[in-house]
Formats: sequence, C-alpha cells, structure tokens
Amino acid sequence: MDEAQVQECTGAMISQLQSGIPDGQPVIVVGIREGGDVLGLRIADGLREAGVDVAGVGALDITLYRDDFGHRTHWPDVRDSDIPVAIDNSTIILVDDVLFTGRTVRAAMNALLDYGRPDRVVLAVLVDRHARQLPICADVVGARLDAERDILCQVQFREQGADSDQVLVSGAV
Amino acid sequence: MPNLFGLRDLTAEQLTYLIGQSRSMLEVLQRPVPVVPALRGRRIGLMFFEPSTRTRMSFELAVKNLGADSLNFSAGGSSLSKGETLLDTAMTVSALGAHCIVVRDSHSGMPEFLSRHLDLPIINAGDGTNEHPTQALLDLVVMGEEWDDAFAGKTLSIVGDISRSRVARSNLWAARTLGMTVRLVAPRTFVDPGLEDCFGVPVFTDLEQGIRDADAVMALRVQKERRQAGGPYIPETLDYFLRYGLTRKKLDDLAPNAVLLHPGPVNRAVELAPDLLYNPDRSRIQRQVTAGVAVRMAVLYWALGASDE
Repeated sequence: MDEAQVQECTGAMISQLQSGIPDGQPVIVVGIREGGDVLGLRIADGLREAGVDVAGVGALDITLYRDDFGHRTHWPDVRDSDIPVAIDNSTIILVDDVLFTGRTVRAAMNALLDYGRPDRVVLAVLVDRHARQLPICADVVGARLDAERDILCQVQFREQGADSDQVLVSGAV
Repeated sequence: MPNLFGLRDLTAEQLTYLIGQSRSMLEVLQRPVPVVPALRGRRIGLMFFEPSTRTRMSFELAVKNLGADSLNFSAGGSSLSKGETLLDTAMTVSALGAHCIVVRDSHSGMPEFLSRHLDLPIINAGDGTNEHPTQALLDLVVMGEEWDDAFAGKTLSIVGDISRSRVARSNLWAARTLGMTVRLVAPRTFVDPGLEDCFGVPVFTDLEQGIRDADAVMALRVQKERRQAGGPYIPETLDYFLRYGLTRKKLDDLAPNAVLLHPGPVNRAVELAPDLLYNPDRSRIQRQVTAGVAVRMAVLYWALGASDE
C-alpha cells in the first residue's frame, strides 16, 4: 500500500466515523502508541475539518497492560500516556494502525477505562488482519489483509521519519 | 539478574532510562485509577531492618500501584528477635514465593550479600552508609523537572551530615556520571576526608560560600541516633542551625534560583527553618515524596521485567 492508498483509506475512515457520531456528545480521539497515535492525530484533524467537534486528542501507551510481561528480552520501555481531557460520558475513537491478535486493543481498553467511564468506545484501524486471538473486532476499517500469521505487516508514517506513508507486507518471518 | 545495589554501577544511559521510566510512572499516578496490572501475580518482599517512613510507604504503594502483592517484614516482632539471621529470613521470604526483595539494613553491602545467595532481583532501599539509590533517583527526577533533564554543568550543594549519609553517596555517584558539580557543605566533623578525595569534590565549612549560586541545595538530616555511641562531635543544634540551617533569606540572598531538597525526615529548626519546609517557591520536599513512589514503580517494573542483557 503506497501513500496515496494510505491517505485514501484514512479519508474513507474519517467519513465513516463522522457519519456514526451522535450529535452533541464530546468526541475524543485516542491513538495507541506507536503508530496509532500518529494515525489518531490525522483522523482528529480530518474530523475537525469535516466539522466534528473533537474535544481532545490523546495517546495511550499500553506497556503496563500487556499480557506478555516477562517474555520479553530487553529492558521494558514505558512511554507516556497522554489523555488531555476527562473521558467520562464521551465517545472515544480508539485508533491503531494494525489490528492483529486483538491483545493490544484489549490492553488499550483496560488502560482507557482507568481514566474514566466513556459512553462508547469505537475502534478504528487502518489495517485489519485476520488471526484474532481474542473476541475483538473493529468498527471502522481502512483496509483488510488476509494473510497467514507469520506474515509481517508494518505501517510507516512520515511523522515517524519514514520517506512516505506505506504499509509493508513481507514474507514469513 | 537485574539488581539495584547503587547508582555507582549505573551508566548515564541507564540513569536516564530510569529517570524517564519514572516520569511515565508519574503520569500513572495522575490517573483517576492510579493502578496498573503490570506486575499482577508478582510478590515483592519488603525487608526493612531499619526504621523507615517514606521509603517503606512508597515502596508499598509502588507495589500496589503495579498490581503486585507485598510480603512485609519488619524487624520488631519477627523471628529476628528469636535469633534468625537476616539471610535466613530472606531465604524464608524467597521460599514464600517472593519474586523480588527490597532490603534496608544498617550494614553496607547487605543487598549484594543477599544476591549471592538468592536467585531473585535485590533492590537496595538503603544499606548502612553506602547507598540509597532510589532516593537519589527521585532527587534526580525532581531536579530534572526544574532543568528539563539538562544535568551537566548544574551545581548541587549538599549541606549537612554527609559522612553518615548514603543519600549523599548515591547522589555523588550519579552527579559524577551525569556531569554535575557537587559541593559538600558541613562542619569538618561531618565529612570524612576520604569522601572528598574519592569524589574529588570541594568541602565548604562556610554555608554562604557553599551554596552561593547553586542550582539545587540538598539539606541532610543531622543523624543524632547514629552519633550517640561515641561518634564524632555533634554540634549543639541551635549552633548548627545558626551556621548551617537554611532559611528563606539565605536562599534568596545566596542562591536565588536554587530549589531545596531534603530526603526527610526533617529536624525542624536544625537543618532548615520551618517556614521553608512547605514553601512552594523553594521547597520540592513534597514533590520528592511523590516522585519517590514513581521511581520505585519504575525500579520494580524494570527489575522484574528486564532480562540479562
């Protein structure tokens, strides 16, 4: 997927999100680090341009909520989470770049609920891979990838230093 | 095994890592629910063979905030009074299923000694006059907030009972690694000559010179209890306060930009004037306590999550 396709998918996601937002309810966009936070900022910008009143844009680091603690090999790296506004009774658009096993989203939802009690959480992902390990599905999907589990899918954004936006799918790893 | 015996062993990169992780933990403390499941199912043995308020409570809170359980031990009312050795007590805590031991003891080197016999991470919560690494880390976190973590070239004046202070030693090691300048300010009886030689830092017996234009001033508690049994001469406390006690005026006149730190507990009107203790412009003593919880969360999470290189 090249930059034009990434932007087209993101645009389609923004339209779909916009039509599903109930009137009068605060909307907060929360991206999952790293990757989802970049996409979250773009989605928030797009929604604002479309006239949606976005009350805040945040980022979640889910390291402290992971279920594979102790299986890793390096020093753990907890990055800042930043939820700038109260989330009670809001609609949260939870954003990630790739939805794969569902474990990250599970962790992110647990993290999010420690900040308050949103009215609704909507999951938006750029790429939806199969091979879910938990019963989680996205509400808004940019593109679907039907690939075996050992295929690597990586999303790169300009904001993270990439030359251009792209989704890379590479052979068995 | 990821042990934390002291800051002497840590590189600048490792210190920066732990300071950064502590900042992320400070954010956790701001949340409506300041508890994360990061160490769920882990048991942390808290073995305090010396009195402690701040360190012990903040380690306990750190354990709870990470979703772990603590095995608490205090010397009074334990089998220690029946003659059990510290090592045997630690072996018992290990057999009870502890995944990590936090230890405070009056003997320098005790954490390292325990680690030779136990196959689990050991965290030093203060050993004799050697080191108190989590205290110095929280000092760095608090000072770093003032300086945007640009430690190199900053001047820290440590005032008080230095020769007995493990806090001073941990700060001296870290300051050297991070390129800070340290001045020791105290009566001569409060500084071992070996200390200034070891670290190559100047000693000022005159407070005014010692804190002039410092970026941070750290007052240390006059450790009366350690000085009773035939120890070096302890000055009359009023005399000490007049010469070395910190007041608003002294700070305003001599070190107008300095923040004030103190590891606690404070002897009021000995190390500092009571009105300085909670002065929001100057004192960071309350912030140190809060940062202490975050630092201990970061250290525990690292100790239980990091693998050997």
